[in-house]
Amino acid sequence: MDTDIIKLAFKKTVPVLFGYLFLGSAVGLLLADTGHSFIWSFFMALFVYAGSGQMLLISLIAISAPLSSIAFLTLLLNSRHAFYGLSFIERFKKAGKMYPYMIFSLTDETYSILCSTNVSKTVNDGKLITYIAMLDHIYWICGCVLGAVIGQYLSFNFKGVDFAMTALFVVIFIEQWKSFKSHTPVYIGIFSSIICLMVFGSDNFILPALIITVSALMLLKSRPLAHKPQENTGRC
Amino acid sequence: MQENLYIISAIAVAAICTFATRAIPFALFGGKRQVPKTVTYLGHVLPPAIIAVLIIYCIRNVNFLSPNHGASEIIAILSTALLHIIKGNTLISIGGGTVIYMFLVQYIFI
Repeated sequence: MDTDIIKLAFKKTVPVLFGYLFLGSAVGLLLADTGHSFIWSFFMALFVYAGSGQMLLISLIAISAPLSSIAFLTLLLNSRHAFYGLSFIERFKKAGKMYPYMIFSLTDETYSILCSTNVSKTVNDGKLITYIAMLDHIYWICGCVLGAVIGQYLSFNFKGVDFAMTALFVVIFIEQWKSFKSHTPVYIGIFSSIICLMVFGSDNFILPALIITVSALMLLKSRPLAHKPQENTGRC
Repeated sequence: MQENLYIISAIAVAAICTFATRAIPFALFGGKRQVPKTVTYLGHVLPPAIIAVLIIYCIRNVNFLSPNHGASEIIAILSTALLHIIKGNTLISIGGGTVIYMFLVQYIFI
């Protein structure tokens, strides 16, 4: 059995557990609000598995939007995901049969957890990343169903609990800051986001911001932006 | 029945399109071919830049010109960062930051 690897994967994903239970519940609540059965929340979490994507989907189903609009808007909203895989093209192959599943389950949060997980010699990395991805997915499904079933009867005020996701990114940001010698990519990312946020507005900024970031990093390719050599052991 | 059929198709379309966006780099550079050097380089330098973009993404709807100037977000993010730099424990940083944020948005900067 892979008990030790599962334990390690669980430890790595605890922040996502909290984040996803609450964020998923929020998505589930939204669905319950439109008067649909919780079973749809389950299927959305299982097959779509995207926070903002599911919120969009629920709002589009509520107005009976045509399938072509659903396709177009989903592609647009999730376009940022197209950049995530670039860091895992080789590493995901280690997952063997689960390779397609790893691609399917590459959410913002799983991406950031995988980025902060070093490849170690003692742990089977293919299994570790697979368990991380599966645990995150399970948390998400639980959250979405929980929100749709009982969320509306809870009296505790959960307002602001979705900040767990922001906090997770802040923590990973600091970890990455420590392990990279050059901070130029970070400055480029922040600068292009702020400019694009002002130019394109909050709904449309992320894709242009990522395109500018990638372009700027390409231009800087000849300059050294490398890791500290001693820590360059597989952090993505 | 017809409504169920519509919801099933809607979920299927959203699922396929979400998967498609995630699969693009693997379709382009996966497989047995040698990954181009540029892509290896990008895969290496992109994560810190993307995490920075994601933090901005999380606070994209905060209005810094409002009466509170986004104080809840700024205080909570700084607290999270500070906790993490001092304690170095992921759970304490995320849990602490989230509790502080919930307190701020529920009781202080309502």
